Amino acid sequence: MGGSALPLEITDLRTTLFTRRGEMKAVDGLSLTVGAGETVALVGESGCGKSLSALSIMRLLPDPPARIVGGQVKLNGRDIVPLPEETMLGIRGKEIGMIFQDPLSSLNPVATVEKQIVEVLMTHTELGRGQARVRAHELLELVGMPDAARRLDAYPHQLSGGMCQRVIIAMAIACSPSVLIADEPTTALDVTVQAQVLALLKKLQADAGMAMIFITHDLGVVAETADRVVVMYAGRKVEEASVDELFESPLHPYTVGLIGATPTPGAARAERLADIPGMVPPLNALPQGCAFAPRCKRVMDRCLTEKPNLTVPGAGRLVACFAAEGG
Amino acid sequence: MAGELVSPTPALRGSARRTAALRLLRRRLIQAVPLMLGVVVINFCLIQMAPGSFLELMTAENQVSDPATVELLRKTYGLEDPVWMQLLKYIWALLHFDFGFSYRQNMPVIQAIWIHLPATILLMVSSITLAVTIGVAAGVVASMKVRTFWDSLVSIAAMFFYAAPSFWLGIMMIVLFSVKLGWLPVGGMMKIGGTGGVLEILHHLILPTLALGLFYAAIYTRVMRSSMLEVAQLDFVRTARAKGLSRNKVTIHHVLRNALLPVVTILGVQMGTVLAGSVVIESVFSWPGVGSLLFDSVSSRNYPVVLGIMVLGSLVVIAANIAVDLVYMWLDPRIEIR
Repeated sequence: MGGSALPLEITDLRTTLFTRRGEMKAVDGLSLTVGAGETVALVGESGCGKSLSALSIMRLLPDPPARIVGGQVKLNGRDIVPLPEETMLGIRGKEIGMIFQDPLSSLNPVATVEKQIVEVLMTHTELGRGQARVRAHELLELVGMPDAARRLDAYPHQLSGGMCQRVIIAMAIACSPSVLIADEPTTALDVTVQAQVLALLKKLQADAGMAMIFITHDLGVVAETADRVVVMYAGRKVEEASVDELFESPLHPYTVGLIGATPTPGAARAERLADIPGMVPPLNALPQGCAFAPRCKRVMDRCLTEKPNLTVPGAGRLVACFAAEGG
Repeated sequence: MAGELVSPTPALRGSARRTAALRLLRRRLIQAVPLMLGVVVINFCLIQMAPGSFLELMTAENQVSDPATVELLRKTYGLEDPVWMQLLKYIWALLHFDFGFSYRQNMPVIQAIWIHLPATILLMVSSITLAVTIGVAAGVVASMKVRTFWDSLVSIAAMFFYAAPSFWLGIMMIVLFSVKLGWLPVGGMMKIGGTGGVLEILHHLILPTLALGLFYAAIYTRVMRSSMLEVAQLDFVRTARAKGLSRNKVTIHHVLRNALLPVVTILGVQMGTVLAGSVVIESVFSWPGVGSLLFDSVSSRNYPVVLGIMVLGSLVVIAANIAVDLVYMWLDPRIEIR
């Protein structure tokens, strides 16, 4: 582990789904770096490869059908893609923590909160059962669980969605991982609880200096949490920018569409929310050129025959679009 | 802050869970009363509808033709009353644990059944234990090795034991293990002139247990396999893997317990059929249980005994179901008493 190595450095990650209807490139050459204390948001519509990217990083892909076919995922300087499963067991939950979308179904319904937190601690640390229990209590207080001592004995169905998500966060950060992956952590929660969970994640991240990948389709959440944003479409990165630049001057027509489709308070009520016509193309029937071309307002002849590569339109920015390059 | 309100249900654990279990027990016992009444009435009526009376057989067997004696016997057994009166009298007697008198054994029905009950309970318990153990283990193995040779092997074996009639299986096992190989006794519960030691009884128990239990083991194997595969797809299993737990730990600590729930449900439903199945198996293996007694009593139209076995059998099934409910509650904390 070099001292200068970034917590997470993904280079040209390729994950393919091998199905009866052919091979589908679910993640197609994704490159991404996340520094300590930095939050990178991964944004896109359902099916664009966000979650499979996250599961690829965890090496938790459902195999079959999904498999990593190329690229590197460097965790603190070490490429984890070729590592054997036994080594991955020591990494998951210890060096990378993960938070999931639906907190209620992501906890084991027949085990107590305490048991589920203690399990992580006993897997990765030298703590005895008694010490692990004490630590579980501390972790629950750390994630702001109301009445933490009593909640240790509770089962998930006795907790609200927000409390379940706090338990999952407590498990994810239990071993102080250097990377935290949050896969739509607030999507299933009430709006007020969303804000609390986001604030909690920001605080925990700042305190521990974790690198965080935040997967979401909600640009409002992105604006609140992220430092940098990666926009994905059909398995590929189409734009990357700092969060301010992205909202100020989005370059890719898809990003423009996403931002236009987000309601803004104060906008005239009669004004219709702009939508992006069409749907994400199925991964086994991608067009020859740019995958977004069939839905794009600025489509040109070139877009239909040639895939645009990522170019650098300005410092710290990336975009894959011929129209953005030319215009 | 809608989502963060204190949960209305306090954590159920320790004494709270014990209270809940007692409440469940009380509720089930109260529910059992009308159920038992229904069982008694229906079975009583069914037997009334059966042709002939045990009196005819009894008098014929003992060559009694004197009308006065027959009349006396009718009076003794209360057969001169109208049917509804007989039913009321029977229910009243049952409340005093009086199941009537069995002329064949020349003892009260309750006593005749009591003598045969331990053998049947032993056979039922051992068969169910075998079925659950094999079923759960084989189901787990098949699900962990899904779509491999082992999975197919388990599935084929399960299909075979599910399809094979238990009496046929029993006879075939007698032919193989008792007649050809001479390893195990042909039938009965102890050797002629045996002392009835534990080992001796266990030795006799093996074949009937296999014959009765393997059918249910086959069912549980199939249920367990599909249940394991289903639970393995759930979100919390992915969470457990994201914690860095090994595949075996995830399977045992997270998948298994959740996957057991459907097996327990089926176990409760099938308790009655296990008892029914033991009637057949007891006849095949001359196992001196209630099943043999029932078979014998039906052939001899010994209706008080038949009725008594029906009633006591229902009691056993109800008790077993209550036990299953309590196990279910212990396994799944989400079960609240409704």
